[in-house]
Amino acid sequence: MAKVLMKGNEALGEGAVRAGCRYFFAYPITPQSELPHYLAKRLPEVGGVFLQAESEVASINMVFGAAGAGARVMTSSSGPGISLMQEGISYLAGAELPCVIVNMVRGGPGLGNIAPAQSDYFQATKGGGHGDYRLLVLAPYSVQEIIDLMQDAFDLAEKYRNPVMIMGDGVLGQMMEPVELPDVEVGPVAPPHRPWAATGRMGRATKNLINSLYIVPENCEVHNQKLWEKYRQIAANEQRWEEYQTADAELVLVAYGTSARICKAVVDMCREAGQKVGLLRPITLWPFPEKPFTNLLTTAKQFLAVEMSTGQMVEDVRLAVNGQRPVYFYGRSGGMLPVARDVYREVQKLYCGGEQ
Amino acid sequence: MPKVFSRPKSLKDIPFHYCPGCTHGIVHRLVAEVIDEMECFDKAIAVAPVGCAVFAYDYFDCDAFQAAHGRAPAVATGIKRVLPDRLVFTYQGDGDLAAIGTGEVVHAAARGENFTVIFINNAIYAMTGGQMAPTTLLGQKTTTTPYGRDRQVNGCPVRMCEMLAVLDGTAYVARVSVHNPANVNKAKKAIRRAFEVQMAGLGFSIVEVLSACPTNWGLSPLEALQWLEQNMIPYYPLGEFKVPAEEGGGQNV
Ligand SMILES: Cc1ncc(C[n+]2csc(CCOP(=O)(O)OP(=O)(O)O)c2C)c(N)n1
Ligand code: SF4
Repeated sequence: MAKVLMKGNEALGEGAVRAGCRYFFAYPITPQSELPHYLAKRLPEVGGVFLQAESEVASINMVFGAAGAGARVMTSSSGPGISLMQEGISYLAGAELPCVIVNMVRGGPGLGNIAPAQSDYFQATKGGGHGDYRLLVLAPYSVQEIIDLMQDAFDLAEKYRNPVMIMGDGVLGQMMEPVELPDVEVGPVAPPHRPWAATGRMGRATKNLINSLYIVPENCEVHNQKLWEKYRQIAANEQRWEEYQTADAELVLVAYGTSARICKAVVDMCREAGQKVGLLRPITLWPFPEKPFTNLLTTAKQFLAVEMSTGQMVEDVRLAVNGQRPVYFYGRSGGMLPVARDVYREVQKLYCGGEQ
Repeated sequence: MPKVFSRPKSLKDIPFHYCPGCTHGIVHRLVAEVIDEMECFDKAIAVAPVGCAVFAYDYFDCDAFQAAHGRAPAVATGIKRVLPDRLVFTYQGDGDLAAIGTGEVVHAAARGENFTVIFINNAIYAMTGGQMAPTTLLGQKTTTTPYGRDRQVNGCPVRMCEMLAVLDGTAYVARVSVHNPANVNKAKKAIRRAFEVQMAGLGFSIVEVLSACPTNWGLSPLEALQWLEQNMIPYYPLGEFKVPAEEGGGQNV
């Protein structure tokens, strides 16, 4: 299999195409615009449809229609656009429709800026829209992982009939790395047979309905309990993470995506200095990987969450540690990146008990 | 004896929740009859709104979606892009289509999306308790215009058909009414023509139906129909505002 050089945003597109996605509805926003550029060109080549919607509100509802009609479908945006999609995402979750939503996070709140950030963690993992629901949230940290997780994202979306979010940022979107593409047939894909999809009855004995309305509270609770059971299963079965140098780590850094790349470099610096520092890199942000903490707690004396935000994932780290060890936080926000040297200094403070 | 009148196959035999005298039921029936007559039952996909007609998805026996408030045209766009040969229609009230969903309907129309909108104009937000809609007439009292709609405060009613007809993407635009049997027949013809335009792949079609809401207008069913005729039709003239170019000019239905 040949390696090709690819930009992160383009890898999102090629990964989706190779995963069998043939429908993409989106509205432009930086820093993800190369993705619609790429798919506008690529999808017609493989018998797919790219449609530039008039707004993010429209694009997510086009996704609702296409997903309900049985297609593999995706949309993509960044912070402000994802905010506009929240109503639709809640409906997709309520109607149990599979789809993939890409969020290449930018600096916020408000219009913020177009620089990379991780400040949409709460919105992605805690619901975001109205009602009791969860998204599966995957956070790649390299261009290769973008390609690999794209396939998983569509598979998970269908396995659980639930929207899946890919969360990245401008650094990941813009970086170019060599990648290996999966060897799959890339051509027109007929919508797979989904017994639940509303495709017109076409001889089917009963009608299919794509719906999130349960007007009777008893029924709505039954529906919510069904969703809850699904989320419980996802939480039990789909936690993903990577551990780096954690076997004997006394201090464990916790970071995902771009900040995890920086933290890897910090772990290497620490190890060179003979310090037992490791990294836990969540790949699923929801479900948050709590499982590795049982092991980590055998050696770890303290944890340091490093984020490109003012501290969001750190709350999940605290929940996972459950008061058994101190959890510290270091973050840059508004589109500023944590610098390895600064994170290293932070680690030194903690590792050496306050000494520089 | 031969059966001359029966329930359309496309309409389920269950009681509707609509109030006595509500014309939603008539419009449901017309849509179902047209689907049956065109033999499109197996191909039909309905997109229900948020509003009094939210349960339309239960009444039509075809596959259906329940869309978020105003978003039905975007949902229909997604469906139709995946299944271009199906008969896809949205069924939307005036709050749904002309307020929260203005963006979605205008752009679906401008793109020439090949589906049909059945647009119920009852000049009010019915489901939420009779508030002003964009289509509420000047002077009309509603729960949020207790002194009557005032142009200075609330602006003017929106004529959606006239607005949409100027877009190049629309293929068929008509306004009809169901306040008497003659007009019910004309309404059915317009719905049929809209569906035919869609099945011929000619582009976006919309049929606006002037409809009565006796409950929120505070009138008896009969008075409501009279009110519709006397007050709504002068502001919302009936007729075909646009027909496909190859079919010649519009006509009054
Ligand atoms: C986002 C959102 N905003 C508001 C509502 C509340 N709501 C439900 S129905 C409705 C008005 C519907 O009026 P119309 O479309 O005219 O339909 P009708 O009830 O008159 O048939 C509103 C505002 C909602 N469900 N969702
Ligand atoms: S409130 Fe009005 S529109 Fe709604 S069902 Fe009753 S009469 Fe019909």
